[in-house]
Amino acid sequence: MRIGVFVCHCGSNIAATVDCPAVAEQAKKLQDVVFTTDTMYTCSEPGQNEIIEAIKEHKLDGVVVASCSPRMHEATFRRALERAGLNRYMLEMANIREHVSWIGKNKERNTVKAFELVSIAVAKLRNDQPLYANKFDVTKRVLVIGGGVAGIQAALDCADAGYQVVMVEREQSIGGKMAKIDKTFPTVDCSSCILGPKMVDVSQHENITLYAMSEVEKIEGYVGNFDVQVRKKATYVNWDNCTGCGACMEKCPSKKNVDKFNEGISTCTSINIPFPQAIPKKAAINPEGCLMLQKGKCGVCAKICPTKCIDFEQKDEIVTEKVGAVIAATGYDMFDHSVYKQYGAGQYPDVITSLQYERLMNASGPTGGHIKRPSDGKEPKKVVFVQCVGSRDPAVGRPYCSGFCCMYTAKQAILTKDHIPDSDSYVFYMDIRSPGKGYDEFTRRAQEQYGVQYLRGRVSMIYPKGDRYIVRGSDTLAGTQVEVEADLVVLAVGAESAKNAPALAEKMRISYDSYGFFMEAHPKLKPVETNTAGVYLAGSCLGPRDIPTSVGQGSAAAAKVMTLFSKDKLESDPQVSRVNTSRCVGCMKCAATCPFGAIKEVTDRAGNVKAEVIETVCQGCGICTVTCPQGAIQLQHFTDNQILAEVNALCQAQVDF
Amino acid sequence: MSGSSGLLAEGQDLRIVGFLCNWCSYGGADTAGVARFEQPTDLRVIRVPCSGRIDPLFIARALMSGADGVLVSGCHPRDCHYAEGNFYARRRFEMLKQFLSVTGIDPERFHYTWVSASEGQRWQDVVTSFTERIHKLGPAPKMSGGTGYDEECLKEIAAAVSCGEQCPCHKEKA
Repeated sequence: MRIGVFVCHCGSNIAATVDCPAVAEQAKKLQDVVFTTDTMYTCSEPGQNEIIEAIKEHKLDGVVVASCSPRMHEATFRRALERAGLNRYMLEMANIREHVSWIGKNKERNTVKAFELVSIAVAKLRNDQPLYANKFDVTKRVLVIGGGVAGIQAALDCADAGYQVVMVEREQSIGGKMAKIDKTFPTVDCSSCILGPKMVDVSQHENITLYAMSEVEKIEGYVGNFDVQVRKKATYVNWDNCTGCGACMEKCPSKKNVDKFNEGISTCTSINIPFPQAIPKKAAINPEGCLMLQKGKCGVCAKICPTKCIDFEQKDEIVTEKVGAVIAATGYDMFDHSVYKQYGAGQYPDVITSLQYERLMNASGPTGGHIKRPSDGKEPKKVVFVQCVGSRDPAVGRPYCSGFCCMYTAKQAILTKDHIPDSDSYVFYMDIRSPGKGYDEFTRRAQEQYGVQYLRGRVSMIYPKGDRYIVRGSDTLAGTQVEVEADLVVLAVGAESAKNAPALAEKMRISYDSYGFFMEAHPKLKPVETNTAGVYLAGSCLGPRDIPTSVGQGSAAAAKVMTLFSKDKLESDPQVSRVNTSRCVGCMKCAATCPFGAIKEVTDRAGNVKAEVIETVCQGCGICTVTCPQGAIQLQHFTDNQILAEVNALCQAQVDF
Repeated sequence: MSGSSGLLAEGQDLRIVGFLCNWCSYGGADTAGVARFEQPTDLRVIRVPCSGRIDPLFIARALMSGADGVLVSGCHPRDCHYAEGNFYARRRFEMLKQFLSVTGIDPERFHYTWVSASEGQRWQDVVTSFTERIHKLGPAPKMSGGTGYDEECLKEIAAAVSCGEQCPCHKEKA
């Protein structure tokens, strides 16, 4: 075998703490290595050309690239090998950047370590075999989880491109957080006026199947061929017949339910349509408040419903859908401010969250758009906004910036002045973060044109005084303590991951960070992809996002799905398990451990039971390889011999520089 | 068999083999690198698709052929890219721990843990504390003497294995 080794300087990223020429020189001594060199940027065009030239000139059978993480550029170099006429799997990478140069300062020890990683790679490559991909069909339907603005955009883009879309929304209506907002920053557009038409498009689009009040129960399969189980929760209303007339809501005697859509600042009936623009506009019964379901007495709604669609016997229903790709756009939850005991821990009626304030200002909200104090219904004349409640505060486990709170606070302060011209607004802030287009101008307008008082400092305490509240905080610019007497305090609560996000991530087999936000495949270059093929992300499930970014990501995820669907056949990864039938004794332990059911029992011509791998189903984890008592089933590209060769190379390495 | 380089200060670098799953822990190690979290240089990483791919025999082999420590890391339980590979891994490693003490290898030289792709800081802590543990234990005793295998003997065995059927010892038996 003829092996070439390419040691990358990565500019100074590697070369600063690793002696790359020395590593390349040493690598010449390794078995089967016939050519070594060190290059400035191996991934660049001249760098890749150098590999191609060397393969041709030195008749190389395999290539080792010592550079960055294979998670970064393995695909790049595999393509380069293919361009040179080699099989793409005759490549090994030694990660001497993330695992060596960036974590160690001692150049000598780094150099030794880098060389040893190269020798591991050479040892493995000596056992590599060319592998060839199979082709399989793609189901050209996409599942969109979450009906917020990001999900809506992704669904509409895919549907407009001609693909079938299945949208699953947990709540009774799509629209997400944006549907609850009154106006958007910095244009002060009416939120429901720009979102409403998109919601209607979703409901009327012939390519979109919408499951509201539903949750994803299970996702099985792989890119191109996912099987999804959706749990349609019982609404106790037959939605096929419900016209959304609202007659049931008027007559329902149980009116003390917490109104989730209005963030709990008002009550609603047990049978309810959350808001006038709801899509689908169908009623649903809250079983906890319903007298019929709880006590078996009432049934008023069933009596007056003109289409007779009330069904107290309804049960949850599981539907199965086949899709080829998944877009998760599950959004975020508002931070629960009750952990801040010093802010009244949610006990003071006139200390409310920003989203509750949004509902107070909204014309379709419980007060008809008139700002009234929840305690006594009076119009507040002095409103204090407290920023960074659950953002940038390691003390409550939320060290990250939620990003949009600075902007919505400025917007709410401006709107307060519009609603109540003789009011004063104060904003306690830490920094103003307004990096978007027109954003900084907007926060300045709040201060300069609308006279909103900005005080830089955290609020230490809020306490009641008579029917008003004292907000005590510091003004770090003036270097003093300040106290502001307020009629209403609005806490700009930050964003946190949706409650069931980790559970959903586990169903989709994608990673999530310690806060529960989903992880993208690469934070810079693959912002809407995951490490699981065929699963894409959009919007605030990745971390706090404003509306333009969420919409952009919705479209981006849709574009990725369309790229996937542009091919009729997908290439399977040939790094799958393969059975050596002469060794296999048909014990089927492999099939019992395989999490994907990718191994089936077959009978050979002599009538012996043997295991067989279904290549398109095998995901290449290698659990079976370890399980097999005969060593008969081997994961290609990660065979026992290859890994043991690596172990040997490492444990027996003799380094002499 | 630890590095005989003249460049290494005596007693500094020990030989620690790391087996990392591609999806979570290898990503976590990358994240630590990108964030420039400084770590000891003793550890060398072998990438595998899943912690479920790690045969306990790989670990035994590493420890028997001169590794001073073996560190294994996979995805957190319930967060496996392959659904349940890390559960198989956990069961196998618990068995291995029992087995290691029987063979005379200090089980302290083996450690397995879970690190997700976002946990660069955690990876730094894991590497640092495990390296410190191995340094405290010192270089692993050579697998000779007590077992009756010295280096000469091992070489003979290796030669016999690699020469296969052509070897006189095989012929004699035949």
